[in-house]
Amino acid sequence: MLTVKDLNVWFGFPPDRVDAVKAASFAVAPGESFGLVGESGSGKSTILRAIAGLIDTWSGRIEVDGKAVAGRTRDRAFYRTVQMVFQDPYASLHPRHSVDAVLNEALTLQGMDDIDARITRLLEDVGLGRGFRFRYPHQLSGGQRQRVAIARALAAEPRLLLLDEPTSALDVSVQAEILNLLADLRAEHKLTYVMVSHDLAVVAHMCDRLAVMQHGRILEVMTADALRRGAGQQDYTRNLIAASTGYSRS
Amino acid sequence: MTGPLLSVRDLRVAFPTRQGIFEAVRGVSFDLGRERLGVVGESGSGKSMTGRAILGLVRPPGHVTAERLDLDGQPILNLPERQMRRIRGRRISMVMQDPKFSLNPVMTIGDQIIEAYRLHAGGGRDAARQKALDMLEAVQIRDPERVMTTYPHEVSGGMGQRIMIAMMLAPDPEILIADEPTSALDVSVRNEVLNIMDALVKDRGMGLIFISHDLNLVAQFCDRVLIMYAGRIVETLAARDLHHARHPYTQGLLNSLPRLDAPVDRLPVLQRQDNWRDGDPLSESLTTDFPGGL
Repeated sequence: MLTVKDLNVWFGFPPDRVDAVKAASFAVAPGESFGLVGESGSGKSTILRAIAGLIDTWSGRIEVDGKAVAGRTRDRAFYRTVQMVFQDPYASLHPRHSVDAVLNEALTLQGMDDIDARITRLLEDVGLGRGFRFRYPHQLSGGQRQRVAIARALAAEPRLLLLDEPTSALDVSVQAEILNLLADLRAEHKLTYVMVSHDLAVVAHMCDRLAVMQHGRILEVMTADALRRGAGQQDYTRNLIAASTGYSRS
Repeated sequence: MTGPLLSVRDLRVAFPTRQGIFEAVRGVSFDLGRERLGVVGESGSGKSMTGRAILGLVRPPGHVTAERLDLDGQPILNLPERQMRRIRGRRISMVMQDPKFSLNPVMTIGDQIIEAYRLHAGGGRDAARQKALDMLEAVQIRDPERVMTTYPHEVSGGMGQRIMIAMMLAPDPEILIADEPTSALDVSVRNEVLNIMDALVKDRGMGLIFISHDLNLVAQFCDRVLIMYAGRIVETLAARDLHHARHPYTQGLLNSLPRLDAPVDRLPVLQRQDNWRDGDPLSESLTTDFPGGL
């Protein structure tokens, strides 16, 4: 479904050039859920943004569904295959657009017909009733906003969802609801996920395999089971796992 | 000293709205000794507002009332701003969540710490400078001389948070209120920051109020935990007993966390009940077991 090979992403120009991602390679099979973990600044979100076409300073090869993409240009077929959900539901929705307007726009851009019925169905899919259709973002809680953001991504009927820390701005109780929703949607629509998170427990819960990143490099790719066993091959991975199991008084 | 450092009874914070009075904090009572006290709850549960009310940081039209709000036996509720300023920073300090928004972006780190210290402790510039260097060393910043001359945008998030802690600790406060001090930090940096605060409680006999949404972290780090829901404390327990919590809200919060060591197919979702808002709180006792220190 997705192949990333020797991906380099940089920002700025020499001598201030920052290499955010260095020679990253991984492949995600159709229907798989793949996680990217690492500390802030490790380049995990940058990879998603490069795939989605939000960054043009990259080299290497990105293939979606067997088709290579270039620079920042993506055709409409790409956006019908790939959609992205962002971290902060407070920032990713237009404050003066109602839920109806947000979904309407997404559907119109995809050239969908029967928009009225589709909006109703999208809202039901993400567990929001009809009553939410004409609300504005400030009338919604954080979890409800993230549901709207997910509905907007689903409007294009994509097969690959890029999830950039979809629950880290939410309370744990709401996080559980959103993670369950994402798991249901994946089963229902046969979606492929690439999920970025700094929370190892969330990734282990959601993903089959994951890549551990540090300083822009992928250190290793491991299964969620190996993660649960703490069986990292690199020291860094083992330290990261130990640190995430909690604080122990020294 | 035998009494608690801080004694709070029936603390209430109210805001007038168009729909009537909204109470963000509804009758919170607890004692703080020389210990690590965790305050846990979801967003909107009133945990940050409790911390702000203690420091007198609730701005009008917000209104704070309490039966008792005593620091070392002295009432500090709604003191005039002049007197509050002598307490704030000097005797009770607060570390906020995000260092990016708490540091002055156009002032060097060194100047900020020196200014804060001189404001509270007075003294000459050289002495304050030495104190600032010592504090930066105490929070394990390597090469403090260099860091003193940098601006906040030049340091990382973890370093910024340690600098905030250094600044807050320079006047040797008796109580530190830490509002989500580690939520913006990576796990490895988080544990370093916690170690620093832990050492300060042990070595200086400081009282720490640790506000967080992370139950597991609080269970591992703190001595006692208050669990807040809708502006009230629903349960008070010793941190080591958190996993035997009796209140359904506490249990629900704990269960909704995905865990590395216990895979589940579906995460249990919290089913809220109306009686949590006003039902009887489960508390072992309001008073602290550690008035004299750990």
